[in-house]
Amino acid sequence: MSTVAAIEPRHAAGQRVRERIFRGATLAAALVVLTLLGGVAVSLLKGSWPAFSHFKLGFLTREIWNPVTDQYGALAPIYGTLVTSLLAMLLAIPVSFGIAIFLTELSPSWLKRPVGVAIELLAAVPSIIFGIWGLFVLSPILQRHVQPWLIEWLGPLPLIGKLFQGPPFGIGVLSASFVLAIMVIPFISAVMRDVFETIPDVLKESAYGLGATTWEVIWKVVVPHARTGMVGGIMLGLGRALGETMAVTFVIGNAHRISSSLLAPGTTISASIANEFTEAVGDLYTSSLVALGSLLFLITFSVIAAARFMLLRLDRRALSSV
Amino acid sequence: MSLFNPRRMLVAAAAGLALVGIAQAVDISGAGATFPYPIYSKWADAYKKQTGVGLNYQSIGSGGGIKQIKAKTVTFGASDMPLKPEEVKQAGLVQFPMIIGGVVPAVNVKGVAPGQMVLDGATVASIYLGEITKWNDARIKKLNPKLALPDTAIAPVYRSDGSGTNFLFSDYLSKASPKFKETIGANTSVQWPVGIGAKGNEGVANMTAQTDGAIGYVEYAYAKQNKMAYAQLVNKAGKAVSPSADSFQAAASNGDWAHAAGYFLILTDQAGAKSWPITGASFILVYAVPQDPAATAEALKFFDWAYKSGGQMAAELDYVPLPDALIKQVRATWKAEIKGAPAVASASHGAKRI
Repeated sequence: MSTVAAIEPRHAAGQRVRERIFRGATLAAALVVLTLLGGVAVSLLKGSWPAFSHFKLGFLTREIWNPVTDQYGALAPIYGTLVTSLLAMLLAIPVSFGIAIFLTELSPSWLKRPVGVAIELLAAVPSIIFGIWGLFVLSPILQRHVQPWLIEWLGPLPLIGKLFQGPPFGIGVLSASFVLAIMVIPFISAVMRDVFETIPDVLKESAYGLGATTWEVIWKVVVPHARTGMVGGIMLGLGRALGETMAVTFVIGNAHRISSSLLAPGTTISASIANEFTEAVGDLYTSSLVALGSLLFLITFSVIAAARFMLLRLDRRALSSV
Repeated sequence: MSLFNPRRMLVAAAAGLALVGIAQAVDISGAGATFPYPIYSKWADAYKKQTGVGLNYQSIGSGGGIKQIKAKTVTFGASDMPLKPEEVKQAGLVQFPMIIGGVVPAVNVKGVAPGQMVLDGATVASIYLGEITKWNDARIKKLNPKLALPDTAIAPVYRSDGSGTNFLFSDYLSKASPKFKETIGANTSVQWPVGIGAKGNEGVANMTAQTDGAIGYVEYAYAKQNKMAYAQLVNKAGKAVSPSADSFQAAASNGDWAHAAGYFLILTDQAGAKSWPITGASFILVYAVPQDPAATAEALKFFDWAYKSGGQMAAELDYVPLPDALIKQVRATWKAEIKGAPAVASASHGAKRI
């Protein structure tokens, strides 16, 4: 730098000013994000304050949601949000992993592109389409063919039987989880595929050279190497599942109740807000809906924080093992 | 909205100078209920063609409409649920009905054709309370002695999104059943003890259609256009009636509007042999002493035009226009209560309170 400056001092001065301006501009852009995030947090808190100060902790622990008597508790939507998202992840992670492994390690090369493009297209479908499809196509199928079977065969079992009892409505917590799983599969599998593709061929080839089977290469080379990226993809999917609104609203049954059965209708945080905000009259009612929003903000924030923490630990372990 | 203000001020100033022709440049702004949105926008199109004045109506829901008019960001607010007279007065507003609609129960029971089943308020309330669980319950049988009712479980379906439809339905059930009133009550959203929640009229219709043994409730226009298996209801006079424009108008005409302060009258469970029991009006809210009298006057001119020549368009969309006597009363209210109300053509005839 100093030699260049010695040769062309005037040019270097101009360069420095430009660099400073550019630096300032990027800093401003970064600050905009922080301000926005802070603004969202502050306005959520302000909007939800009346509800939190009125119901105190009861807002988190009560199942009631009664606009007529102005009594609100967020337990049912919190429960619904967590259960549908977790079930969706249980269904989506193995499938996404399978898709990604197939595409990167096992697929004949002529099949890679069409399947890859299909997954990307699936990710671009608007969520309302999934909602309508879930209501008109998926839930009648579940109602007629899947749920009666679940009720008959799994319902009488001890422990897990409780999850599969009650009449087959077709919509409910289970249907919402199915739709969510289908919606997050493209995200998770696309990220996993990209991560698997970044693994240097040298690593895999040397493993094959040592006589490893495909199975061993996948589990001992590919997966350990891609662990961090896989967790990232899963968290991306979980984030989407937690906040998904329209598709869930269509198929979850929208009942502010906690039922032991997965076939029964329930509700989620975002579905409750979408359903009720437009016609909510009264300060406490609106404030309680905003308070639901802040809870979702908090849940998503904790998920991201947990993911970061997990990645940090994975990195550290990887470093120490080297 | 602040973007619009300079223009509006300019127009007002021009009007002050010229005293005429303020209408051309300014659009009427309103916000609120989603239920009357189709008819308001149809009226707005026709009105714009005739007069050049447009309507900017945001169908953001009744709650939003009430908030917006109280924040004075719009010239009028629209709500499916009337505000209580005290609240209207306290906010300095004037409230009046604009259009009538009704809610229709629909059933999905094998072998029951549209209009065949007869229900009454107390029975429907018991169904939605979870007390009647089978279609061959003695209470339903008593109302339908000729129908062969199956031993199917009843699946009650409700609107999950807050709506005027919910309000009318729960208000009707509250009037018909003291227990419903006590445990659930009437609102745009209520806590239903049983059943499944579907979003929007289309959600309820679909859920009802695909679930054997379901009962649901939808707006009249929706039930009619989709030829749903509606049920007849026994009204206050003890007569079983079918939902139709006539039975809605009958309910509206039988309402005691003359004694309803601030038009706070919910048309459910009205007297009269022909009255459909789940009828309701959609309301408009404007300021009694508007900040911008010119804009409010424009809005009232539009509503007056809609009363006068909007009936046919309303009927085409399966809405029901107000009865003539009620229109007269509304015009008189404008003249008496709103500062700067325009001299509407027939107000002089209808000036005496009815």
